[in-house]
Amino acid sequence: MTSWVLALFAFAAFFVGYRFYSKFLAEQVFRLDPEFKTPAHRFEDGIDFVPTNRFVLWGHHFTSVAGAAPIVGPAIAMIWGWGPALAWVLVGTVFIAGIHDFGTLWASARNRGVSMGAIARNVISPRAFNLFLLIIFFLMLMVNAVFAVIIGTLFTNFPASVIPYWMQIPIAIVIGWLIYRRGVGVLWPALIGLLLLLALVGVGAAVPVSLPETMGGMPSIAWWTAIMLAYGAIASRLPVWLLLQPRDFMNAHLLFIGLILIYLGVFVGRPEIVAPIYNTAVPPDTPPLLPLLFVTIACGAISGFHGLVSSGTTSKQISRETDARFIGYLGSTGEGLLAVAAILACAAGFATFDAWSAHYDSWAHASSSGIAAFVSGAGNFMAHLGLPVALGTTFVSMMVVCFAATSLDTSMRLQRFVLAELGRQYKLPALTNINFATALVFVLCVVLAFFADPERPGQGGMILWPLFGTTNQLTAALSLLILTLIFWYTRRPYLLTLIPFLFVATVTTWSMFINVGNYLAQGNLLLTGIGGLLLTLNVWLILEGVAAVRRPRQTSDVLESG
Amino acid sequence: MSSSPVDATRRALARLARGYEAAYAVPFRRQQRRALRRQEDLFRLLALSEALGIPNPASFYTLELLPFLLEDFHAWHLRMGMEHSPVDGFRCC
Repeated sequence: MTSWVLALFAFAAFFVGYRFYSKFLAEQVFRLDPEFKTPAHRFEDGIDFVPTNRFVLWGHHFTSVAGAAPIVGPAIAMIWGWGPALAWVLVGTVFIAGIHDFGTLWASARNRGVSMGAIARNVISPRAFNLFLLIIFFLMLMVNAVFAVIIGTLFTNFPASVIPYWMQIPIAIVIGWLIYRRGVGVLWPALIGLLLLLALVGVGAAVPVSLPETMGGMPSIAWWTAIMLAYGAIASRLPVWLLLQPRDFMNAHLLFIGLILIYLGVFVGRPEIVAPIYNTAVPPDTPPLLPLLFVTIACGAISGFHGLVSSGTTSKQISRETDARFIGYLGSTGEGLLAVAAILACAAGFATFDAWSAHYDSWAHASSSGIAAFVSGAGNFMAHLGLPVALGTTFVSMMVVCFAATSLDTSMRLQRFVLAELGRQYKLPALTNINFATALVFVLCVVLAFFADPERPGQGGMILWPLFGTTNQLTAALSLLILTLIFWYTRRPYLLTLIPFLFVATVTTWSMFINVGNYLAQGNLLLTGIGGLLLTLNVWLILEGVAAVRRPRQTSDVLESG
Repeated sequence: MSSSPVDATRRALARLARGYEAAYAVPFRRQQRRALRRQEDLFRLLALSEALGIPNPASFYTLELLPFLLEDFHAWHLRMGMEHSPVDGFRCC
């Protein structure tokens, strides 16, 4: 089978989902009201609450939720074959992620723009809010460790990406300075910066930079991981206009350029798929497809992180309630497209089955080099457009490193806020100190990255991937539970979220049991402790939710009317 | 009133450019405006310090800035946790 047929099928599925299912949700379930005064208008303050054009807001929402995770998950899950991965991405995006992202945006806009945690306090119980915060804290801790290791892996496997990535930082700083301090318009600095970055891809390909294989008894991946965590801690303390804002803007361009080039490569080159549709000869250390597929591919099918973005910032800026369909549903579809691109690159980006299976000869290898399979495959796609493979792979590896690095320092910054909130809740004032919180986050991430896998210090991030996916899905399950309760109280068709909730909660809890069992069998006390804690929080929150069904509530208790 | 295709194209391009500028500003608008407000709050505190009982050798110079600071004075004292105006002789609420 050729890859372009699959790409076309995925486009068609997403189009039908948006055109019909999201329309049904908008009209029959959420009953969007164009006259409803959104929080952006009601509480307009020029800071948090600002009515924003829906195209601009969609761009912001999509680039906030799409990063390295929808690429890494499918790249690892290819070990079971492309069929299960593609089926989960399509079904998950159309029927679960769509209603989750759309619904969390709508629910937050109908609750004065507050976060899902705050809605949980209202809809479930005050205790649910604190439990939610703890889960988010662990989610971000894992994001930091995982992404630092992914970057370390890419720098080691693709040393050509080192120069473009590190040179992006001074370029971004100059752009930020020009725009913020000198008042220069955005267009020219951003375009020149982007062209410089693309030129640096050539420089990187010509001058690859590698660390020695081992230094001080630590492999180069561990060194890169430590460097990236230190970088993330420092970057998260800089003013956002100096680095994060211009770099995010450049990354948004990279995301769109990357997606367009990959799909153009698929349609122009029409490469054949060499990976099996269902891998009947999976390596012996591979965990069972059921339920691990559904947590290995988290972002790209359903991701709890989207609900945090929807209810954290997007809901405060949505100008009309009817825009929620375009921004929420289409945001998840965009990430689905990125996940499909990752599947196609890993399935059809290789010349032969043997070249493919070299990346998937064991679960441990697939976990660490799945991302390398994506980079190689996508680079080969770009070769169909006349771009030399070396340049294509350098561009793609730089793109993934940039996404992961942005997620890293954004997550470290957000984790500080979560710590401050926990400090206020539990009367621990030290946690509200910005320098103490940054140092604490850094130390915890280093502990996790270096001790999660004692046999491979500094590379522990990838052993965390199933746990990261599980925590992410758990957050999504909680948002789906909150939506189900809101539908229940307001007499809406609650099965549309109850069924996805039951499915996601089941695979999450099941996976968590398997993960904790594995960690226990390996004698890994650190991960057994974290996994056990998350499992407890998971079950506790679900029980809180079930208990909330019996509490009488009026529509006005859970939703604001126009 | 009809407009020429050139004007329409120019307007569309201007809209596109505004959208592009907004795409840069929107994701970090909140953090930036908060940081700016913190700076302004500190400056306001310094400018009003004499009235609040904190000796300020530059108060003679900051006096002439006061009219410019009064516009947001009510929101400022509420943000600072003071329900009523802390400055004697100036009642905004």
